[in-house]
Amino acid sequence: MHELPQQLVNGLLLGSMYGLVAIGYTMVYGIVQLINFAHGEIFMTGAFGALTVWLWLPGGTTMWIALPLMIIGAVIVAVAIAVGAERFAYRPLRNAPRLAPLITAIGLSLALQQAVWAWYPEAKSARTFPQIEGGPFEIGSVTIQTGDIFLVVAAPLSMAVLAYFVMKTRTGRGMQATAQDPDTAKLMGVNTDRIIVIAFALGAAFAAVGAVAYGLKYGEINFRMGFILGLKAFTAAVLGGIGNIYGAMIGGVVLGVAETLATAYIADIPGMDKFGSQSWADVWAFVLLILVLLFRPQGLLGERVADRA
Amino acid sequence: MRQGSLIAITAALAAGALTLTACGSRDSGDKGSDSGKGDGGSTVVIGVDAPLTGDLSAMGLGIKNSADLAAKNANKQNLVKGVTFKVEALDDQAQPSAGQQNASKFVSEQNVLGVVGPLNSSVAESMQKVFDDAKLVQVSPANTGPALSQGTDWQTKKVRPYKAYFRTATTDAIQGPFAAQYVFNTAKKKKVFVIDDKKTYGAGLAATFTDEFKKLGGKVVGTEHINPDAKDFSAVATKVKNSGAQVVYYGGEYPQAGPLSKQIKAAGAKIPLVGGDGIKDDTFMKLAGAESTGDLATSVGAPVEDLPSAKQFVNDYKSAGYKEEYSAYGGYAYDSAWAVIEAVKKVVDANGGKLPSDARAKVTAAMQDVSFDGVTGKVSFDEFGDATNKQLTVYAVKNGAWTPVKSGTYTG
Repeated sequence: MHELPQQLVNGLLLGSMYGLVAIGYTMVYGIVQLINFAHGEIFMTGAFGALTVWLWLPGGTTMWIALPLMIIGAVIVAVAIAVGAERFAYRPLRNAPRLAPLITAIGLSLALQQAVWAWYPEAKSARTFPQIEGGPFEIGSVTIQTGDIFLVVAAPLSMAVLAYFVMKTRTGRGMQATAQDPDTAKLMGVNTDRIIVIAFALGAAFAAVGAVAYGLKYGEINFRMGFILGLKAFTAAVLGGIGNIYGAMIGGVVLGVAETLATAYIADIPGMDKFGSQSWADVWAFVLLILVLLFRPQGLLGERVADRA
Repeated sequence: MRQGSLIAITAALAAGALTLTACGSRDSGDKGSDSGKGDGGSTVVIGVDAPLTGDLSAMGLGIKNSADLAAKNANKQNLVKGVTFKVEALDDQAQPSAGQQNASKFVSEQNVLGVVGPLNSSVAESMQKVFDDAKLVQVSPANTGPALSQGTDWQTKKVRPYKAYFRTATTDAIQGPFAAQYVFNTAKKKKVFVIDDKKTYGAGLAATFTDEFKKLGGKVVGTEHINPDAKDFSAVATKVKNSGAQVVYYGGEYPQAGPLSKQIKAAGAKIPLVGGDGIKDDTFMKLAGAESTGDLATSVGAPVEDLPSAKQFVNDYKSAGYKEEYSAYGGYAYDSAWAVIEAVKKVVDANGGKLPSDARAKVTAAMQDVSFDGVTGKVSFDEFGDATNKQLTVYAVKNGAWTPVKSGTYTG
């Protein structure tokens, strides 16, 4: 058990990354009731946006200058793709049965993967991502990697910005109104089309920050990175209560910690040694999801709402 | 009007298709038929199946190029009179299902008389029967799963399941124990943490390593199975650090081994990671970073650069101007393709200088007796279709490159 603090930190870091991506799922779902399965690929294109900026910068640029530019690059690429997807793939189907945009989303996800595979130089296998110099930080028995420091700062900061935006600004209140009832919101003078675009854009921006965190954490990115991570982030959004932005973050953290602890400790339970390895972590994460949904179908922070007909 | 646009579209499509096929044939013309004989001789296609895209593409492209080089050299030397060799490569993306589709495609093409590949043992499993049914010979430069040639019960009773399957690589039944002996006897590490990716290759390698390591008196202080899709090994790395292991053995391939090595070292366990030929690629260092210095890998055969027989290959490969490296299996792929060529030569010679109508079955039968001095040493096959060359080498990461540290032949 002496490794517990380290494992909790491992889980927290992994979970924060899930949370950043989960915000995009939850916001879009909250407003248009669409599960944007292409969100994982928007995350992936963000990572390649950041890499592109890095490759453009002159050699020897320090990360202190490069990192903010890379984040901006990631955000621009991800937001552009998300807004484009909304305009050309989802908006024409807004009044179609709900399955239609869902299938479009899956198609878009594959198309984006293949587009990066085909047109990004040397993206057919993994590409290395620049790293922050400097050794790891040790606090007691816990080690935090330099690349993870970014995540430690970025995740809470992003949440604070988002909370301020949704609660305090006019546009944010417009989003809340649209989420509650789009028709009435429209009657009250809210431009719902604009709100929906903003929801897509904001979700993409957070995914882009998550993508930079991913690159810094693992040192490499590839065209397939969005699939599994998107699935996990979607799970996190459901776990936290889809539609609730704090829920997305909480869900992410719970999922990350659950996976890590499952890898670390399930094998120590007598008779369970076969089910404790890292390859079983996903299974346990989904067992947790099912348990939560059984006893709290709205998710951890979700509210029970009557389904709008 | 409507008809007019229809015709226009059809014409455009036809033009497009023609352009594409023209490109295709020019490409393969450049690669395959240097001799430019055109004296009415026949063309024999050597199929290549390997992951040409995706995580393992570095190894796959090396296989493709090396097989292509073998065909080119055979044409240049006019080795088989009246026969021009051509390579056709299909991408299996390291997926068994794609491999099986490719196998069916090769079988359906009449002038394919042999296939080089695949890279992955799990892919080979899905292809073997397809080839065997069609009596089309397959020579893998890289499969190391023992069950492929010796049956699933290879540890107790060896039975060869498919007569059309051959390989120039040695098996994990030899590679795992060889690594265990090196780690225990030479590197003097007594406590190991064993990790595998649950795939045919990785799990098999980890199992044979563990058996031998325990037999020698070493201690396994922990085991883990990871998910090949995963990127986050921090929980595993923390376990490794706290287990007190002196070394990590990983059964699997470099896309996971690199990040795994990196994250284990980042967690504070400054111990080497040891793996099989699946991690012996330069991409490993790219993924594992500078801390990977001292990591070890075993690979089949002697280092290609050191063998006199391989000097020619390395030079030819360089002057042929391939964009990608020949990677871990280049030499074996060359020898695999060459084995097919030799078998075809035997068949043609025995048939009075012409290809017989049942060439496939004859080539498969002839493969059993093929014997020549290849890039990787003497190439011939035992009663299971396995390479008779049982040499292995331990490589270590030094200055960002795999450097051979010990070559040897495994003995029981």
